[in-house]
Amino acid sequence: MNRWESSSLFQLTSMRFRLFLREPEAIFWTFLFPILLAIGLGIAFRNRPADVLQVGATTAQLTQALSGDKGLTAATMEEAAGTRALATGNILLLAIQRPEGVEYKFDDSNPDARTARLLADRAIQTAAGRQEAVRADDLLVHEKGARYIDFVVPGLLGMNLMGSAMWGLGFSIVDARQKKLLKRMVASPMPRWQFLASFLLSRLMLLIIEVAVFLGFSRLAFGVPFRGALWELALLCVLTSLAFSAIGLLVSSRARTMEAVSGLMNLVMLPMWILSGIFFSATRFPAAIQPLVRTLPLTAAIDALRGNMLQGMSLGQLAAPVAILMAWAAAAFAVSLRIFRWR
Amino acid sequence: MTDSRNAATLTLDPGGNAPSLLLRGLRKTFGDVVAVDGMDLEVKPGECFGLLGPNGAGKTTTIEICEGLTEADAGSVELLGLDWRTDAGELRQRIGVQLQETQFPDKLTVEETLRLFRSFYRKGIPVDESIQRAQLEEKRGARIGTLSGGQKQRLAMACALVGDPELLFLDEPTTGLDPQARRHLWDLVDQLKQSGRTIILTTHYMEEAERLSDRVAIMDHGRVIAQGTTQQLIASLGAEHVVEFAVAERETNEVNVLPLLAIPGVQSSRVDAGLHQLSVVELHTAVPAIFAALDGQGLVLSEFRTHSATLEDVFVHLTGRTLRDE
Repeated sequence: MNRWESSSLFQLTSMRFRLFLREPEAIFWTFLFPILLAIGLGIAFRNRPADVLQVGATTAQLTQALSGDKGLTAATMEEAAGTRALATGNILLLAIQRPEGVEYKFDDSNPDARTARLLADRAIQTAAGRQEAVRADDLLVHEKGARYIDFVVPGLLGMNLMGSAMWGLGFSIVDARQKKLLKRMVASPMPRWQFLASFLLSRLMLLIIEVAVFLGFSRLAFGVPFRGALWELALLCVLTSLAFSAIGLLVSSRARTMEAVSGLMNLVMLPMWILSGIFFSATRFPAAIQPLVRTLPLTAAIDALRGNMLQGMSLGQLAAPVAILMAWAAAAFAVSLRIFRWR
Repeated sequence: MTDSRNAATLTLDPGGNAPSLLLRGLRKTFGDVVAVDGMDLEVKPGECFGLLGPNGAGKTTTIEICEGLTEADAGSVELLGLDWRTDAGELRQRIGVQLQETQFPDKLTVEETLRLFRSFYRKGIPVDESIQRAQLEEKRGARIGTLSGGQKQRLAMACALVGDPELLFLDEPTTGLDPQARRHLWDLVDQLKQSGRTIILTTHYMEEAERLSDRVAIMDHGRVIAQGTTQQLIASLGAEHVVEFAVAERETNEVNVLPLLAIPGVQSSRVDAGLHQLSVVELHTAVPAIFAALDGQGLVLSEFRTHSATLEDVFVHLTGRTLRDE
């Protein structure tokens, strides 16, 4: 038996790890659910790209000229066919070659059609050799970080850190108590602090995977920005997880049955799901309850995560939410260690 | 029912071998319920000691006080010459514990569970050896959820042994097992006894207490009501045989027991739900006389059997109830 294998802290932590990995539902809720939620919200609230307008032309030469504009896609068609396509909305504008010049057929009450008229005329005039009187360059701005998906990803991250820490600790501890496993372990020379430490250690290791998978996905699929220092973001995730682990420990420190602990968990988490600004800003709640909303650990966690990711704030600037999280972690640990039921 | 203190003093070893377990005046109440009501007990090194009694007699509370899991309200507990209040860390290293109804995590394997428990002890036996001793080699890599009741119980035993304890506590080790799994577990306990360990086990099966224990304490209502070797306890009945009979149409036909008690060799009589029990010394002369006496009362037998007296009969004799009344 090597040194690692004979270490009880290592054995306890590996047990936690194994039990987690052998529970397919836990893997779904921890890793896949936040991604599915982000995909769903990303689709629902996506910002549409600038539309490409469909137009038609009666000659290949005109079509080629129109296709020169990135905002247009052009197809060649007979005038009669083009008129039908206009009527059915398949194209917004039909450019017709006349002996004296070009005629544009379109509906001027449709804003898209009016845009198509401007773009089409510019494309045809430029192709015919028109010189601009004033030089003009475009400077395109697509502001990342102002979209809904950018707002909601830190919210989902906070929610997920809360859920996995609370369920992870609460259920396992009460399960062990209900099955008399806790009592059996206490009857052995196992150091009690190691039993609790094994939960925190395995949680921190899972956290690395959980956060990396979710944020990596958000980055690749939606281009969510990371404006603050990554190591500070990592520290905020660890602190959030510790605070909720402590609360999970507190919730499970006396409960004897799964039903009891489930009820307590929901009682603790439900107000935060609503009040802490996961899906919309917590500032929307009336001023009278803002002090309560601000002291909730999930509000503090999400504020800090948004501050780091979206506004690039440093830990120093996030001192208030960080202090709130640390206070929750310390208080919950202290109380739960005092009242913990070991049998 | 003599004072249990006398019984304990009788077993004191004058040689001065320090007892492995010494209980004096142990008391524990849960609310209004007195679970342990003044227990004295002494277990010698290398002995297999059985606590026999019906459910609710206080066996588990007693053993959990000995294991350091429950604190007594009054009285003293000494294990291996040590005290829980001052030497808890040392004691946990040196005792092995099997609790009633521990459920190990279903999704861990036998080997993983034993490695975990092995890591808690400074010294102990290798995991491979403990798997072998519990005869779980074939199940080494199997998840606990797939084990049978007997295999789970052997795993619990292996977890109790992996720290190579000097003193082993087994709380109802075979409750809920089928007869074959029970015998299998008994064989394991036999091997442990041969290796010289002190074992304390609780049971409400008198066969188990008789089969495994060097000495037995019979418990009822939180007290030890008798203790000694199985032979001593049975001898205390004054009769080594029990005759049981019932008569046809027992509702209408009253058995007059006085003529039966007058038969030489019949010591005592009791009735339980129409079944009469007589404690008998000389079976060969008493049985014909019993037949004759019943015939004389015009009664027809519907059942008749005899057996050698057991601890069950001792319990019945002392309490008027059977072990499984509760």
